[in-house]
Formats: sequence, C-alpha cells, structure tokens
Amino acid sequence: MRAVGIVLAGGNSSRMKELSNKRAVAAMPIAGGYRSIDFVLSSMSNSHIQKVAVFTQYNAKSLNEHLNSSKWWDFGRKQGGLYVFTPTTTPKNSYWYRGTADAIAQNLDFLKNSHEPYVVIASGDGIYKLDYSKVLEYHIAKKADFTVVTSDISGRDDPSRFGVIKTDADGRIIDFEEKPISADGSQVSTGIYVVRRRQLIELIEKAIEEERYDLVKDIIIRYKGVKRVFAYPINTYWSNISSVDSYFKTNMDFLKADVRNYFFKEYPDVYSKVEDLPPAKYNSGSFVKNSLVSSGCIINGNVEGSILFKKVYVGNNCSIKNSIILNDVYIGDNTHIENCIVESRDTIRANTNYVGENGKIKIVVEKNERYAL
Amino acid sequence: MIKKEMIAMLLAGGQGSRLGVLTADVAKPAVSFGGKYRIIDFPLSNCINSGVDTVGVLTQYQPLRLNTHIGIGIPWDLDRNVGGVSILPPYEKSTSSEWYTGTANAIFQNMRYMELYNPEYVLILGGDHIYKMDYEVMLDFHKANKADVTLATIPVPIEEASRFGVVITDEHKQIQEFEEKPEHPRSNLASMGIYIFSWPVLREALIKLRDQPSCDFGKHIIPYCHEQGRRIFAYEYNGYWKDVGTLGSYWQANMELIDLIPVFNLYEEFWKIYTKNELVSPQFVAEEAVIDKAIIGEASEIYGEVHNSVIGSGVYIAPGAVVRDSIIMSSSSIGENTVVDRSIIAEKVQIGANCVLCTGEDIPNKVKPDVYSFGLVTIGEDSVIPSNVRIGKNTAISGETDISDYPGGILSSGETLIKVGEKL
Repeated sequence: MRAVGIVLAGGNSSRMKELSNKRAVAAMPIAGGYRSIDFVLSSMSNSHIQKVAVFTQYNAKSLNEHLNSSKWWDFGRKQGGLYVFTPTTTPKNSYWYRGTADAIAQNLDFLKNSHEPYVVIASGDGIYKLDYSKVLEYHIAKKADFTVVTSDISGRDDPSRFGVIKTDADGRIIDFEEKPISADGSQVSTGIYVVRRRQLIELIEKAIEEERYDLVKDIIIRYKGVKRVFAYPINTYWSNISSVDSYFKTNMDFLKADVRNYFFKEYPDVYSKVEDLPPAKYNSGSFVKNSLVSSGCIINGNVEGSILFKKVYVGNNCSIKNSIILNDVYIGDNTHIENCIVESRDTIRANTNYVGENGKIKIVVEKNERYAL
Repeated sequence: MIKKEMIAMLLAGGQGSRLGVLTADVAKPAVSFGGKYRIIDFPLSNCINSGVDTVGVLTQYQPLRLNTHIGIGIPWDLDRNVGGVSILPPYEKSTSSEWYTGTANAIFQNMRYMELYNPEYVLILGGDHIYKMDYEVMLDFHKANKADVTLATIPVPIEEASRFGVVITDEHKQIQEFEEKPEHPRSNLASMGIYIFSWPVLREALIKLRDQPSCDFGKHIIPYCHEQGRRIFAYEYNGYWKDVGTLGSYWQANMELIDLIPVFNLYEEFWKIYTKNELVSPQFVAEEAVIDKAIIGEASEIYGEVHNSVIGSGVYIAPGAVVRDSIIMSSSSIGENTVVDRSIIAEKVQIGANCVLCTGEDIPNKVKPDVYSFGLVTIGEDSVIPSNVRIGKNTAISGETDISDYPGGILSSGETLIKVGEKL
C-alpha cells in the first residue's frame, strides 16, 4: 500500500454522556469482543497499510491499554508499525492538540519522514469495514486533492451531527456543511479522508501559520472551491458511535444476522486484543434469548435482547432486557435491568432495579465494593 | 552467553490411539479440550506461568495442527529473543537417521538443543494431561533435597493404584523402590510422568543408554538412575490432574467443567490458561434457543437446545436441534431437528438434519471394544453425516459419509464407519 495511516482518536463527545468520563470514544467497547478503534485498525491492516499513527489526547488510559501491543492487528513490523502520539511539550510548543489539524501539525515529522506518497486519515469512532486501497484508486483516478468517504445515513442517524455533503454529477464536493442546524440531505462525511502526503503537509503548515487548527473546517471545507475535493460514497455498513443513542443502536445492530455475518464471517476479519478468557458458562437456571454473549461470562439468570461483553457475571434470578452490559460487570441476584447501558467494571448489588423509562437508554454507573467471589 | 536455569522438553509426538478417530489426523496434544483449548495448552501455560520460558516441543505423529497452533509461541508469551518455544521433529543425520523410538530416545536425539541453553535442570513433560502445576515449586523441592531426579507424584485411591506406576519412599520422600502397575500396591503415590533432572545426570544417562532400543524414561532412564544410586525424590502434587487418554476419561473431564463450581476452574484470575484464539467475536443465542448448563466458545451460533454440553468456537446449532451430554468441537454444525446425545464430535464436522445420535442398545464396539465404549458416539474431524440417519451407541464415524453408508438409514450400535476419503 502506498499510504500511511492516521487515526484521530483524541476526541471526547459530550453526546456520550457518562460513558466518556472514563475513556476516549475510540476505546468504547463494541459488539461484545471489540473496541471501536479495532474497526479502523483492522481495515488499515487489511488494506496493507503498514505504518499507522494514532493520535490520542482525551483520557487515553483505556485506549493505551488496548494498544499496548500492535501484534493483534499485525502491525509491529520492521517495515512500518503502530505509533501512538500524545501531546508533548517541546521547546517550540506547549499546547495540547488544539484541533485535528494541530494534532497532525505537532507530529508533522511523522509525515515528513515517511516515504509513502499518500495518507489515509480516519477517526476511531466509526464501525465499518473498508478497503482503503479502493478509495485511493478512486482518488488517483479523479485526480483529487482530497477524497472524503461518505455514507448515506437516511433513516439511521441524525445528519445534523455530521458534516453534510453535496456533490456534482462527477462526485466533486460542492457543498460541505459541518453540523448544520437543519440538514439538507443525508449524505454525510464518515471522517475518512485520502490525501497526497506532500499536499497535506503543505496545507497543514499553512493552516497553522494562520492559526487555524481544524482539519475539516479550516482545510477541507475552506479549500473545497480551489482544490479538487471528491466524495467516495460507500453503501456498506457504516455507523458512528459518538452519541449514546447511536452507540446503543450500533451495538444492537449486531443482533441482526446480516450485520453479524458481514463483520464476523465475511472476509476480511476484524481483529482485537486477545484476552485469554475461558468460554462463556451457562449454569442451570440460565435463560438466554436473542443475545450476544462474550467469553468469560457466567450466566445464572435471564438475559433477553441484550449484549453481554466480556467477563460479565449474571446472578441467580436476574432479568436483563434490551441492555448492554460492558466488560467485567458483576450483577448480584434478583436484579432487574432494562433499557440500560451498564458501565464496565460495575458491581450491581443484589435485589436492585435499573430501568430506562419510556424507551430512553439509562446509563448505569455503580462502583460498589466487590468481594472476592 | 546463553544460560537458562531450567528448560522444558515437552513430549508431544504420540498418537494417543485410545482416542480413536479423534487422533486419526492430529496428535493427541492437539486435540481440543474445554471448548476453546487444546490439551497442549495446559503444559505450555504451566511452563510460562512457572517462569519456564524455553520449551522444546517434540513432535512426530501428525504434527501439522500442533505446528500451526504453536507457531512462534505468541499466545503463551513464548516468542522470545533467547529461548521461547521450538518445535523439534525427528531429523536426518549423517550417520543414523531414525524416528523417535521412545520418550528418552526423543530427548537424546535433541541433545544439542538442550546444550544450546546450558541448563542446570531439564523438565520433562507429557502433552496428555489436564492440570495446573507450578513447576517452580517442584524445582525448589528438587534443589532443597539436592536431588538428581525428582518425579512428580500424585496420591491416588489405593484400589486404583495398580493402574499406575507407583513409588515407595522413605520419610524424606526419597524414592526407595518403583513398582510398575503392581497387583498389590504398597503405596498410593503414582508417577505423573513429569520429571526434573539435574542436567549432568540426564546427560550421562541418555548417553549411557543411547543404544537401548525404544529408550523410555519410566522403563529405562529412571531405573538406570536408581541402579546408579542417584538421589531420586518424589514431589507430591495434590491439585487437579486428569488423564484424558481414553474417550471415557476425555468425555468425563470435559463434563466436569460444566459443574456449578468445577473442581478444575478455568475462571480463576490466577494461573491463566492461554491458547491461540482465532475468533474473538461473541456467541449469538437466538430467540428460540434453550441453553442450560453448558460452556460455549466464541462466535458460536445457537438456535437449538443445548443441555449439559461443551461447545467449541464457531459452532452452529440449527433450530430444533437438541444437544445433550455431548462435546462439540470448533467449527462443526448440527442440522435442524437433529438430536445429539452422549457424543464426541470433532472439529469441522457437518451433521445433517433429522438425525439421531446415540440411540439403541448398548452393544460393545465390534472392532475396538476397548476404545469405543462408554456408550458414546465418536465422530472424527472433517466428517460429514447425511440427513435422516440414526446412529447407535459405541460407534465411530470418520470421513465423508453419505446415505448409502447407512443401510436402512441406520448405523447400529457397535459399528465403526471409517471412510478414507480422497484427502491429500
């Protein structure tokens, strides 16, 4: 592959509410066994991008833990590797990343010292599979300066939290409005871009000189009239998880056979860190329906229409409905949980009730003392 | 200079013929266990958890699965700059080229591998038991006793002791006598086939007995050391240790994992068992599924019923199917409305719809009554079973079978159906 990868994983989103208190969005657990960033890293690895930089800033502890080895995604080669860049102070700079363009600017040496002619930039909060080399081919064929991967989200998600895009018949972007008050159209930017490396270096240097720090607003949108900026629409599954609702919905999508087959069974695979947990265990009295169950779980109660992430313990006589239970949660006996997202490493006391009323998703954060089992 | 205090030599070359069709294409240490593991994961995990980071795995019989499973040892953290895991198959030599003819002969043929690491102690392990053991504690025992050889032993009920090699020790645990499968055992301490040798002692014995045909640790090396007056001690181990050498004990050991709090608990944080994980996606349990008492591996899809069973990774159980008291290994599929009782189904097996497994009378197997017993149905890897057949007890099936192989749609109890396909 003739590109290096950049993953923008520094962000926090207030739309994630309490869920982002403890981690960056890119580290959010997805579909039982994965974290959000696995999807972009796997796609990069599967597209034969060998050198990838991940920019982190906001609460990167979970993310760093997840990225503690690059071998799961098959990076960590002599040719290339996985680099994690957090803001550092230098004689010339003592700022945090003031925006996505600034993040790239502060690590411009990474781009300057690479020899690959192109750069693939992607965010860490998208759930999809994509062969970036197809996007690159398109980019070259269109003689584009910037290519933005787009997806039509009509009926799935609210376009007004994305960049809404309009193109001409040739695919060239004529209108690109970031988070419009009222969206006109449902073709949105997926936050995946392809650009020539020298072009990117030049534009970033110029933007920083002018004290502009955002990649989308200050570079892509600003230059769309003078540079050739193209849209590459995809119609395969794509979802952005940066709001509680879409996070919930995206996870629940994996209860559908077609979504599951697309991600888990069709080539290419999505990789994640292996945690060496034993197989899930169902004890007598367990009653599980229409649910995803991950390794390390022990189930004694009822689970319906839910996703149990890794190492969840469900006590006797519990009932869990339409909920997402994140990693390493202990649920005491006789507990009822419905329409909830239970934060990871929670300990839920026995005989308690948590219900998201009127179909609204409730986020449960319970840090009780856990006694050794 | 390279120096390792203790290296391990893991004997993984045996077929394990008492596992019948399960080991037709794979060596016994590579057979699945407990949903997602393979038998060899237990000694390998024990090694790394005990701080032994140099392991030679001796292979001979059908090594492909073992080779791909072990790779460069990443799952066990045995990918090391110095040491790590090495696969040691028999190789051609300028003078005498031979297969591994016995356990000690296999070790003898890898003398140069051991010398490479300049060890003080060599740990000899087998690849056919399920257990968690800290070899470092055993080594401490070996050192404290200034032993030349230490055997790991386990107390067994005295009435069963005649099935084992037992040792008779003095009050300091020094071994006075050995009895191989004694009729009237005088001790209940059985040898586990795990030895620590001080390297010069092992080296001397291997060289001295180099011309012994089928040179074996239990039969030749240990008795030789005993004759030479070496200090041989018995280290007593009291944890879970399970031989899975027969279909009955293999089935039993798997079933024990399903108990509410199993004696052998895989869910403890301490002493993790590592394995190569090919799949990380969660399992799906459908609306119409019923599961009670089971362990189930990653990425399996359950639409039917599962009772009291061990299910591997990537298994598909169709709507209406009922699986009871059975072991289904990775990537197999069970067709609609098929009833599976007391069966051991190996990897990548496809079973059609409306079949009944394990039905009829308990008639002993006609070909190998000592192998295919316990009233089980055993189906080998990559087998195909057509729809609408009934399969009796104490039966074995291997290969791609079709309906013409089942007269009247039935494989009676005690029958064996082995089709050697066009597998190249």
